[in-house]
Parts: sequence; C-alpha cells; structure tokens
Amino acid sequence: MLLLLGATVVLVASGAVALLTQRSPWRCNVIGASGAVAGCLLGLLPASRVLLGASSSSLRLSWEVPGGAFFVQLDALSAFFLIPILGLSALAAVYGSEYLWAYQQKKWLGPPWFFFNLLVASMVLVVIAHNGVLFLVAWEVMALASFFLVTFDDEAEEVRAAGWTYLVATHQGTAFLLAFFVLAGRASGSLDFDRLSATPAEASILFLLAVVGFGTKAGFVPFHVWLPEAHPAAPSHVSAVMSGVMIKTGIYGLMRMLTILGPPPVWWGWVLCGIGLSSGIFGVLFALAQNDLKRLLAYSSVENVGVIALGLGVGVLGLSSGDPTLTVLGFAGALLHVANHAAFKGLLFLGAGAVAHATGTREINRLGGLLKRMPWSGAAFLTGAVAICGLPPLNGFVSEWLIYLGAFHGAISPGRTPALPVLAVIGGLALIGGLAAACFTKAFGIVFLGTARTDLPARAHEPGLAMRVPMMTLAAGCALGGCLAPWVVGALAPVIQSATGLSAASVRGPLVAATTPLQSVVVVSLGLVALVALLTGVRRWLLSDRRVDEGPTWDCGYAQPSARMQYTASSFAQPLTDLFDLLLQTQRRVETPAGLFPRDASLITETPDVCTERLYQPVFAGIGRGLSSLRWLQHGRVHLYVLYIALTLLVLLIWKLG
Amino acid sequence: MITALSHSFLHMLLPLALAPLLLSVINRTKAIVAGRNGQVLLQPYYDLAKLLRKGAVYSHTTTWVFRAGPVVGLAAVIVATTLVPFGGASAAVSFAGDLILFAYLLGLLRFVTVIAALDTGSSFEGMGASREVTFSALAEPALLLALAAVARQTGSLSLTTMYAGVTGATWTHAAPVFALVAGALMVVFLTENARMPVDDPTTHLELTMIHEVMVLDHSGPDLAFIVYGSALKLWVLGVLLVGLVVPIHSGNAWADSIVGFAGLLGLAVVTGIIESSMARWRLTRVPQLLVGACVLSTLALVLMLR
Repeated sequence: MLLLLGATVVLVASGAVALLTQRSPWRCNVIGASGAVAGCLLGLLPASRVLLGASSSSLRLSWEVPGGAFFVQLDALSAFFLIPILGLSALAAVYGSEYLWAYQQKKWLGPPWFFFNLLVASMVLVVIAHNGVLFLVAWEVMALASFFLVTFDDEAEEVRAAGWTYLVATHQGTAFLLAFFVLAGRASGSLDFDRLSATPAEASILFLLAVVGFGTKAGFVPFHVWLPEAHPAAPSHVSAVMSGVMIKTGIYGLMRMLTILGPPPVWWGWVLCGIGLSSGIFGVLFALAQNDLKRLLAYSSVENVGVIALGLGVGVLGLSSGDPTLTVLGFAGALLHVANHAAFKGLLFLGAGAVAHATGTREINRLGGLLKRMPWSGAAFLTGAVAICGLPPLNGFVSEWLIYLGAFHGAISPGRTPALPVLAVIGGLALIGGLAAACFTKAFGIVFLGTARTDLPARAHEPGLAMRVPMMTLAAGCALGGCLAPWVVGALAPVIQSATGLSAASVRGPLVAATTPLQSVVVVSLGLVALVALLTGVRRWLLSDRRVDEGPTWDCGYAQPSARMQYTASSFAQPLTDLFDLLLQTQRRVETPAGLFPRDASLITETPDVCTERLYQPVFAGIGRGLSSLRWLQHGRVHLYVLYIALTLLVLLIWKLG
Repeated sequence: MITALSHSFLHMLLPLALAPLLLSVINRTKAIVAGRNGQVLLQPYYDLAKLLRKGAVYSHTTTWVFRAGPVVGLAAVIVATTLVPFGGASAAVSFAGDLILFAYLLGLLRFVTVIAALDTGSSFEGMGASREVTFSALAEPALLLALAAVARQTGSLSLTTMYAGVTGATWTHAAPVFALVAGALMVVFLTENARMPVDDPTTHLELTMIHEVMVLDHSGPDLAFIVYGSALKLWVLGVLLVGLVVPIHSGNAWADSIVGFAGLLGLAVVTGIIESSMARWRLTRVPQLLVGACVLSTLALVLMLR
C-alpha cells in the first residue's frame, strides 16, 4: 500500500517539478515524462502482487472533513483496474515526451505534464479510495486535471467549447454521485465503503443514481455527449489515456457499487443490457459516420463501453437468477474487455496521433496511402483495428467471446434466466461486430491505404522511437492478450470474487469451464498463425521463378486513375449511414454539377450527435429561456441586492423562531 | 482412436479436395437451365492449376496488405473448416463456443478482403468493399441468431454436438423452428457466397457486384487462393445448412460423408437454379432481405421461448 501511495507522490511531485522547471522545455519534458513512468512502474508492483495472490491491504487515517477519512484499500478489483491505468499511462507518457516536443515553441510544457501526472495519480486514488468523500475528491481532481488537458489547445474555438461541454457533463455526473453517497451513507452514518448499506427499495434508487453518475464518466448513451467532443480535442497521448482508462473509472465505480448494493433484482440486468445495446450500436454507428479520425475513435469508445455494459448486464442477470456460470462469464468478459480496450484503443489513439503529427490533419478524407510512408505506425494501427473488431487471433476476440459464451449459456438454459435480454445480447453483439468491421476497415483503409487524396500525406514521416515504441508495445500486448487468454482469464478469479461476492468455489468452477474451451481457441488461433506462415511460404515459392510485374491499378481498363476517384470515408460509409439514417440523421450539403462543362460540384456530409441536437440542446435552451424570465432580479443595483440579503435573513430568522 | 483419427482426417480432406466441385456443379446447373452444355466438372480445378502456375501483376499503389489479404483469408477459412462437423462426424476441433469462433473467422476473411480491396485505390474496389461491409453487418446477426436457435433447441454450445442433436426426432417436434432457421441460413449462404439475388458472381466487368469487384486486381497465385477460399466458404456455410436439413446420422463415417456430400451437391443444384431463375436485386433492396433473415432467426427463437 505504501508503495502505491509512494507512486502517487512521485507522480504529483514530478508534475510539480516539471511545472517549476518549464523555462527549460527540455528539462521539463524529461522530468515530467520520466516522473510519470517511474510513478507508474512503482505502482504496478503492488498491483500485480495483489493480482498474483498477495492479500489485499488497506490504510485508514482519520480526516477532519465530516464523514471523510483517508481510507484506501488495495483489493483484487482495484488492482485489476490499476494494471491498465498504470500500464497505458506509462506508455502514453513516453509517447507524450516526443509528441509534446513539437509544441515547445508555442506553449509552456509545464502545465500539460503537471496535469497529466496529476490525472494519473488521481485515477490511482479513485480506484483505491474506500471512503465516499475521499473518492469524490479524487474523482473531482481527475475531472479537473483532464479538463485542463482537454483545453491544452485553447486558442481553438472548438477546443474551448469541448472543454466547456466536458466540464458541464462531468459535474452533472458528480452531482448524481453526491446524491448517491449521501443516500447510501445515511443509514450507517459513515461514508466508508464497507459500511455503506441500503434497503432493497433504496438500493434500486442508488443503482439508478450510480448508472447515471458513473455512466456519464464511462460514456453510456445518452450521457456520452461530452466524449466525442473532449477526447479528440486533447493531445493524442491524453486522448489515449482518457479513452483507454479514464472512462473505465466509471465502470470501476459501477462494479464497486454493485458490491455494496446487495443482491441485484433482475431488472438491473435488463437495464444494463439495454444500456449496453444502445451504447454499442449507437456508438459504432456514429463512429462509422465520422470523418475525423480521433472523433471516430472517441465514438468507438462509446461502443466498447457498451460492450462492457453488455458483459456486466449478463453478469448481473446471472447474479439475480443465481446462475454462477452466467455471472462469471459476464463479469470475466466485461473485466477483460476493460483491459483489452485499454490496449487497443490506447494503441489506436497513439496511431491517430502519429498521423496527425505527421500530416497535420485528422480529416480522414484528406489522407490516404500513409502505410508506405509510415510502415510501423500503419502496422500498429492495423493491429489495433483488427483487435477492436474482435477478430481472432488478437485479444479483442477473447473478451467478446466470453460475453457471447455467457449469453449463449443463458440462452440454452431455459427457465433460470430471462431469455430475451441474453438473446438481444447475442444479436446486438453480432451487429456491433459487423458494424465495427465496417468502421475500422474504413479508418485503416482510407487513411493508410490507396493513394494520397491531398498533398499532405506526401510530407508525412514516421515518428521517432519515443512515439513508435509505445505503439509497438501495445500492439504486442494485443497479440499476447490473445495468446495468453486462458491464463489471464484464470487469474481473474479473485477479481470476479471481489466484484460479485461469490465464493471462491463457485467462481472457480465456471471459470475453469470457460478456460478449457479458451485453450482450444488459442490452439486454433495459433493454428491460424502457423497456416498463414505456411501459405506465405507457398506463395513465395510459387512466385519465386515467375514474372512479377508492377503496373497501375487496373480499374477495369481505365488507365488514368486519379487519387480523387478513390472511395472516400463518406462514400465508403454511405450505404450503412443511409440504412440507419433514422438514427444518424446525417446532414448532406450537395452542389450538383451543372452546365455542359461542370466544374465545381461538391458533397459535404456531417453527422452531428443526435443526442446533443435533439435532447440536450432543446433542454438547455428551455432551461435558459425559463431562467431568463428571472433576469429582472439581477439588474446591478447594489442597494437592492443588499435588500435581498436582508430580506432573506429576516425570513430565515422568522422561520427559525417559528 | 484410429477410427476417430481417420475420421478427422477424412473430415479435413474432403472439403479441401471437393469444395471446388461445388462451384462447377452450380455453373453446370446454370448452363443446363440455360440450354447449354456447360463446362466440364473439373473446370475449377483446371482454373486453379492454371492460376497457380502463373506470375502476378501488382499495382504500384498496393502494399503488403494487398499481398497478405488472400493468404490470411485462405488461412482463416481453412481453419473455419476444421470447426464444422460434416457428414455426422464430429469436427476436427470442437469445444463449447466454437460457433462464435467460426463466425469471427469468416469475419477475419472479410476484413482482410476488404482492406486488400481498399489498398488498390480503385474506385470500383472501394465500392465493392463498401457494399461488402454493409451487407455482412446485417448477415452476421442473422447467422449468429440462427445458430443460437439451433443451440437452444439442442441444448449445446458446440457446432459438433449441436448438429449431432439435429435428428429426425428433433425435427418432428421442432419443425417450425428448424424450417425458419434453414430459411435464415439460406439467405446468409447466398449473401456470404456472393450469389443471386444479392450479388452476381459471373460478371467480372459489371459494376453492380460485390465480391468479384473486390478481387479485380488480384492475379496469379493470389487469385487462386481467393477462388479456392471462396469455394471453401461455400462448402462450410453449405454444411451448416445441409446438416440442418438432412439430419441423417447412420454412424458409418463413409455413409454419412456420402449423404452429407450428396446434400451439398443438392444445395449446389438449388443455388444454380436460384441463380438462373432470379435477377440480381437492386442493392437498396438487399438489406430488406437480410433484415428478413434476422427476423426469421428471431422468430425461430421466439417460437422456442413461448
């Protein structure tokens, strides 16, 4: 425990030193990055020790704040979330040291490093805090630190707007959490997590509060609107951390609260499955419709959080119907997807950062053919794309497979579990998988393949080692996660136990039953890799003594193909966006060609968020209109304000006396 | 043990050897319906041998992704073949949840085909790729929900035990369910194999197609890998359908294999007749067909839930 607290101290201290030494950008950069890496490595030690079987440890110091205590605990669930948080943050810090260097002429590098390290430290504190007040403080520090990172590029109008949206959304979430803790701590008079309690009726209200409060951070639809604004605005290594791990603190909070709220009624499972389905499908559809690479990735985080919620939903259905197999498979899938998503989404954001770094744009339609100029980044991005589509043999397949298996298990054991939600999970996951494949073939294919659509990619270059090595590490992690799946899932036993409150025996059985077929999955995956190697050899042998020519792309005999004739991101996605237009409401601005020798025809498509446009903007505008009728109260005459105060005091006095 | 081994061996060897035959049966059927003699039955083998002996032409635009596409795709579909039980025998590899791996291996095949197509920078191939991902996004739920219905009816999560559970007896009390599932699988079969009324596999120069337009720029051994891979894909998806419709398990490996293969040949003839008697649908209507398949699967599941 002390080691972990030491890690947070290292993080905060190095951030502060970076802030103080920012007159020398080089020193500031080195101190900030190396402090982050050192802190993360230091924190990984105790976390992995707990996961490997060491007993959980805690520390409780009293605190003057009412209801508060500096009560931290490192148990299996916390340790599990710490691994991706610290691992990805360390890699992002290495990446950031090169990425931020490009800004050294324009910006102070101190604040981004200070807030980055503070963000990592606060995430650590969030997952180990065991007291409501301490948790909320850490939660708020996390929100503010990331706010300042989001607004790093604050000259840009849209970045300031994104920061504002984020600030409002995160505090809306926190407000629900505040209500949650007040309600949960009322009976016992303490906000320590192990003393929070609720009657079944209260528990349901608390559950809904937690879903909204934590769901806002996690990015559940319809509370996700801040996410596609804020994540693209931040520097890429920060986007990676925010999308890869910060939103998972919402998932962590939800899982932690499930342990507090007692046995769940079956409708909680329905709610979680419903949220998972809507977030998954909505997220991936909007991702598909985006033309900004980082925005696409941000929406795809909404999708993946939806997949995690589906796993949780399956798990909760199992808990409520007393089916440990369903519980274990659902929770194992959700947990593993948390770690997997950290790996591949982190990787994809770092890849997108490398693209933006090299070309100066994130507009997919202006790129193309980058794989030739950036072979390493391109290969890494492709690995992430295959992994995020849940395709074998990479890690994404394993977690989705577990959730599927749980849902199939629920579907074939009639009577115990409600069949409708698990069947919806199967169909929903399949649809999400198909749409994700469309989304990421587009992201990789249009950006990295074909020919350049503008002259921007021609100047592109591979980033330096500090940016490449983290990407390669994460890509290797995606591959290893696929190969080592049975062992990883086997090691999840204590985590699932602490998340569900099941006994060791009832977790062990279903987990072994799940890992045995997983071994076959790995064998088949390795067989696939071997077969690919074999066929590559055969192909090379076949072509070894033949004529192999190069020519222009055949294009049905048309010998003058130009780069502009290629499919673009918009046209690639068009059949699907048309099909789901009811949901997407894509806006089109078309200028049709006119005259005998038409010149300027154009088509611009844009898909703004339906939830923002149809839900939040009208509501906020309505609130604004409602409140503006009270504006006569505020007129700038100080003596009248004093009168208000006096009147208020008088009323209060009368009320108190009466 | 020896019989089990020889069984598995047979199980692997049959599709690898006989899958291209299905292509020629379909073509032959179409020719006969059109009043022609048609090609000899071994024509696909001659084509494959010819392609394997050729050199290759690559576009300047392409990268290693284009070259890797056919290799990875063929590997994925061969591995998927090992998961499907054929002719009453158990699959070479079977475990709880292998149906999901099966569906996702086909997903991997699709993914690499699509990115290889995008690698050429050709507008036609981009168009094919775009259509492919659109239709497969809808075909995937239909396939998995159909398999879920069979899984629920037979109480098993592995393709081998699922299909072993489909017998004449189960048919008698679950006929509506299986009939609906068979309908959904037929649509998936036609879509995934680029057949009418979804896609036209015969035209290489028309711009209305999906799969063929994605492989326009491949040549030589690469094209051979692709053709062979699609034959295998036809085989494995066909086996899923035939296993359901012809639920005969005698216990004798050879007899069952012959029955299974006869079923596949029958399916090929049916496909040929569909191809000859139907026009390709307008692309905007294909999603309706696929949504229809999803509805069939869902209906099958609802019938079991009542």
